Amino acid sequence: MAPQHLDSELKLLKDNVLELMFLVKNQLEKGQKALDDFDEELAHEIMANEKRVDSLELTIDRDCENLLALYNPVAVDLRFVMAAFKINSDLERIGDHANSIAKYIADFGRKIDEDTLETMRLDKMYNTANEMVSNVFNAFITEDTDLARKVFRLDKTLNKINREVSGATAELIEADISQTQNYLYLFSIIRKLERVGDLTKNIAEELIFYIEAKVLKHKKMKSKNNNGNDK
Amino acid sequence: MDSQTKSNQPKTSQVKTKPKLNSKNQSFKLQANNVDVFYDDFQAIENISLDIVEQSITAFIGPSGCGKSTFLRLFNRMNDYIDGFLMNGSILLDGNDIYDSSINVEELRKTVGMVFQKPNPFPKSVYENVAYGLRIQGIKDEEYIENRVVESLKQATLYNEIEGNLEKQALALSGGQQQRLCIARALAVKPSILLMDEPTSALDPISSGKIEDLIHELKKEFTIVIVTHNMQQAARVSDNTAFLYMGKLIEYGDTQKIFTNPEKDRTQNYITGRFG
Repeated sequence: MAPQHLDSELKLLKDNVLELMFLVKNQLEKGQKALDDFDEELAHEIMANEKRVDSLELTIDRDCENLLALYNPVAVDLRFVMAAFKINSDLERIGDHANSIAKYIADFGRKIDEDTLETMRLDKMYNTANEMVSNVFNAFITEDTDLARKVFRLDKTLNKINREVSGATAELIEADISQTQNYLYLFSIIRKLERVGDLTKNIAEELIFYIEAKVLKHKKMKSKNNNGNDK
Repeated sequence: MDSQTKSNQPKTSQVKTKPKLNSKNQSFKLQANNVDVFYDDFQAIENISLDIVEQSITAFIGPSGCGKSTFLRLFNRMNDYIDGFLMNGSILLDGNDIYDSSINVEELRKTVGMVFQKPNPFPKSVYENVAYGLRIQGIKDEEYIENRVVESLKQATLYNEIEGNLEKQALALSGGQQQRLCIARALAVKPSILLMDEPTSALDPISSGKIEDLIHELKKEFTIVIVTHNMQQAARVSDNTAFLYMGKLIEYGDTQKIFTNPEKDRTQNYITGRFG
């Protein structure tokens, strides 16, 4: 066993995952800006960056495979590699959603009026999703599981908005049927951001698995007063 | 030694780290209680208490000089021959203290077989190697001996490889085959416990793999205790793992737990290669 080599390989893996996380976080934030400002150029930039997301995903997959095959990590090292492997996949899918949203924005063809944005609660949805991704990013850097746990509560906010906005979308369509396609685009963005929330929650669970060796997946919230400490 | 003694069900009141039991009916085959070992002034083992589950595989891991081989050799009193050896505490086999003055050590070693790091067959035929233990027990019945030889070679998964050629010279076998011959030799006298001190460290990966498969098969019938420096081997083959460091038992329990989420930082640092 070569612990120094193992440590440097693990650090490289962490750096790569952080780079991907940072990239995906930016993709999502740029998406919000592109939507708010109807910035087609920025939307195209997001689409162009998708290649970097895919490329980094492949690099991280290879890093994980090499670490498992060559170093046989155990205990906390094994949990880290397993978590990194799953987080990698979650990040790539968040990147896909950011890319799809950018395509909608580019296809939309005009700035969305403030009232519609307000009714569809897109800013609240985006702000919450961005906060979740920022939390897991910082939690990964600092290995702070309390911060990671905060995303569980935020995910509930996204789920709630997602449920409520379907009714609002129907009302908007009824009021102006000629805008049906555009409203459906916007509703698709809401749905994609809700999925971003689910994926970010998965990342938080993986971080907790790696740091605390606790499996939170598929567990129900134990009580209302535990501040998202369990799910 | 009376092997038909009282059952030793786990005692929950004992303050010991607990091994994993594969079934509720499993009991402890070996029990070390507050064991100290000294070689003159040097203390090699310090107050270790540990229960070994019957028909399971227990691995001892730890850096060189941590006392794991010394501890293993306590179970068949191999340390008795070392000058200056002194032991406090007790080692129970099926509830009987094997260091009691009434114990016949030769009889003990029929029950507790041992396989060493380097294969050490005698320069004789395969047949005579396996028959050796039976002959020194004074068994003369050649039919019984032959049956035991064949059965032991089959148990050690060597019989088919040598195509039943029992007259083949042991030293003409490969290293891996020689080690399995030594295991067959240990099995011939019908032990209930097999001690293995780094049994694959001198073997290539294929031969090691065969020994590991064999160990896995043998646990259906025997209680196996293995000392290994190979972390992956301990993780692969054992049910319970004990980590020793500087003569002390640091952590003992379910192998899966030890290798995925050990309780102690020192264990984690050792198994991840960060010290030792």
